[in-house]
Amino acid sequence: MSQLTLGWQSLGRRHVVPGFRLSLGFTIFYLSLIVLIPLAALVARAAGLGLSEIWEILSTPRVVAALRVSFVTSLLAAVFNVPIGVLVAWVLGRYNFYGRRLLDAMVDLPFALPTAVAGISLSALYAENGWVGALFAPFGIKIAYTPLGIWVALVFIGLPFVVRSVQPVLAEVDSELEEAAATLGASRWRTFRRVVAPIILPAILTGFALALARGIGEYGSVIFIAGNIPFVSEIAPLLIVTKLSEFDYAGATVIAVAMLGISFLLLAFINLLQLWTLRRFGHDG
Amino acid sequence: MKHFSSFTSVIRTSATVVALAGLSYPTLAHADTTITNVSYDPTRELYKDYNAAFAKYWKAKTGETVTIQTSNGGSGAQARAVIDGLNADVVTLGVPSDISAIVQKTGKIPANWASRLPNDSSPYTSTIVFLVRKGNPKGIKDWDDLVKPGVQVITPNPKTSGGARWNFLAAYAYALKVNKGDDAKARAFISALYHNVPVLDSGARGSTTTFVQRGQGDVLLAWENEAFLAVNDLGPDKFEIVVPSYSVLAQPPVAVVDGNVDKNGTRKVSEAYLAYLYSPDGQKLIAHHYYRPFEAQYADPADLKRFPKIALFKVADVFGSWDDVQKKYFGDKGVFDQIYGEGH
Repeated sequence: MSQLTLGWQSLGRRHVVPGFRLSLGFTIFYLSLIVLIPLAALVARAAGLGLSEIWEILSTPRVVAALRVSFVTSLLAAVFNVPIGVLVAWVLGRYNFYGRRLLDAMVDLPFALPTAVAGISLSALYAENGWVGALFAPFGIKIAYTPLGIWVALVFIGLPFVVRSVQPVLAEVDSELEEAAATLGASRWRTFRRVVAPIILPAILTGFALALARGIGEYGSVIFIAGNIPFVSEIAPLLIVTKLSEFDYAGATVIAVAMLGISFLLLAFINLLQLWTLRRFGHDG
Repeated sequence: MKHFSSFTSVIRTSATVVALAGLSYPTLAHADTTITNVSYDPTRELYKDYNAAFAKYWKAKTGETVTIQTSNGGSGAQARAVIDGLNADVVTLGVPSDISAIVQKTGKIPANWASRLPNDSSPYTSTIVFLVRKGNPKGIKDWDDLVKPGVQVITPNPKTSGGARWNFLAAYAYALKVNKGDDAKARAFISALYHNVPVLDSGARGSTTTFVQRGQGDVLLAWENEAFLAVNDLGPDKFEIVVPSYSVLAQPPVAVVDGNVDKNGTRKVSEAYLAYLYSPDGQKLIAHHYYRPFEAQYADPADLKRFPKIALFKVADVFGSWDDVQKKYFGDKGVFDQIYGEGH
C-alpha cells in the first residue's frame, strides 16, 4: 500500500527494473477498457433519467427492502467469514499435517464452482428435507427459502476470499518475532494480539472487503436458496433481473448504479480503515 | 495477495477461453443450413423430437441438410436475448407479450405476426393444472382451496416467467367468474393466493424443482405438459394431477424473425419449419409431448385421451389484448406489484 505514495515520485526517477512507463500505460489502458468504460456506460445510461425519476425508482419500498437484504446479508456473511477464514488460514499456514494440501486446495472450490451449482446443492442440503435442513427443522428453524439461506450461500462463496488474502501474509510473519515476544514474557494471547494481529490486519480487511463485495453482487447461488419473496428474501440483483425482464433497462441500471455507489463507499471506507491500521501499527501489509 | 490474484486471473482467463470456445462452436457445425429456434423452458423435449422429424422431412423434400439449434430458457429472458441481438431465425415463446416485446423493441418481426399462422400463431396450446402430493393430503380440488390458510402454493414470479403469467391469469379469471366480475374481490383473491406462496422462483422449471425435489409447498401450479412430465418421470406414486373446474387456454406463440432470416438467407426453411408444426406429423408429435394439438384429428387418439376436459377461457375474451394485460397486471406498479405493495 505504501508503494502508492512512492509511485508518483518514481515517474521521474530511474528504476532498477525497466518498463515502468510502459507497464503503467498498459495498466491504465487495460483498467479503462475492462473496468472504467463499462462502469461509465452504466452510469451514463442511468444519467439519461432525471434525478427525480432516479429518486422515484430508488425510494420505492420494495427497492429499499431489496437493497437492505443484499447489504445486510453480505455484511453479516463477511463478518462471519473473518474469524473462520483467519482460523483456516492459520491452520493451513502454520501446521503441517496429513492431507493439508488437499484441504488447502478445497478452499478454492467455491471460486471454481459455477454459482448456480452451489445454489442448487446448498438448497438441496438446507431445505427441510435436506441433510442439514432436517437437523434444524425440528426446532422450527427454516434455513433454505429464508434470509438465513441467503446468508449461508454468501458465507460459502465468501470464505476463500478471506483465507486467500490472509494466508500468504500469515506465512510471511517471521516466527522469530513471536519467539522474541515469548522470551520477553508476553503471553500467547498477547503475542497474537500485539505481534501477529497488527501484521495481518490489513490482509484481513482486504479479505473482508472482497468477501463483502462478492456477496453484494452474488446472484446465481442466492436465487436458488433465497425464496425470492419481495420484502423478505428478495435481493437487489434479482430486482435488476426482474426489471430487465420487463425490458425496463433504465430502471435496472438505476438500481445497479445505486449498488455500485454504496459498494464504492463501503470499499472506500474499508480502504481508509486499512490505511489507518497501517499508520497505527507502522507495518506494511 | 499475489497468490490470490494470480489464481483468480487464471480462473478468469480460462472462463473467457471456455466462453469463446462455446461461442465459436456453432459456426463449426458443418451443415448446408443452420437455423436457430429460440424457445422457452418446457419445450425442450418436444423440439428435440420435432427438429429431427423436420430435418428428415426437409431433406426428403428439398435434398438440403438442415441443422436446427434450439435454445431453451425462461420466455422473458429468451425474448430479451433476441432483442439484444441473439440471431434467432424463429422464436417459439411462452407468452404473446414476449414476441410483442421483440416487435416493439427491434422491429425485426412485423406487428401482424399473430395473424400470419393459424390459431393466433399457436400450433399447440396448453393449460394450467395443479400438481399435488400423492393422496392429495390438503384436499385441493379447485382454485378456492389455494387461498385457504395453511395451504402453500408454489408458482414462479409472473414478472420473470411466462408460464407464471398464465397461472396468474387463470386464478384471476376464476375469481372474476365466481364473483360475477367484481374486480375488487378478484384482487383480494389473487392477493390471498400469492400470500400463500413461500418460494417465488424466477422460472417454471425452478418451481418444479422446488416443489418436487425440495419438498416445498402443497400444490404446484404447472403447465399441463410439465405436470404430465413430472408425474411420469418421478413416478405416479409420488404426485397426482388435480384438474381445476376452470382454467386458461394457454397459447404459446411462434414467429419467424423476419429481420434475422433475411440477413441469414434462411426465410424459406424457417417458414417451412413453423408451417410443419401444423402438419399431421407435427400435430401428432405435439400431442405425444403432452401439448394440446390445434388439429386434434391428426393426433394419436391414445395421446388425446390423456387430456382432461376443462372449461377453458381465452385471455383476449376475459382480459383484452396481451399488450394491455402485460402493462396492467405485470408491468411496473401493476396489479402483481400491488399485491406485494407498499405496506405489505
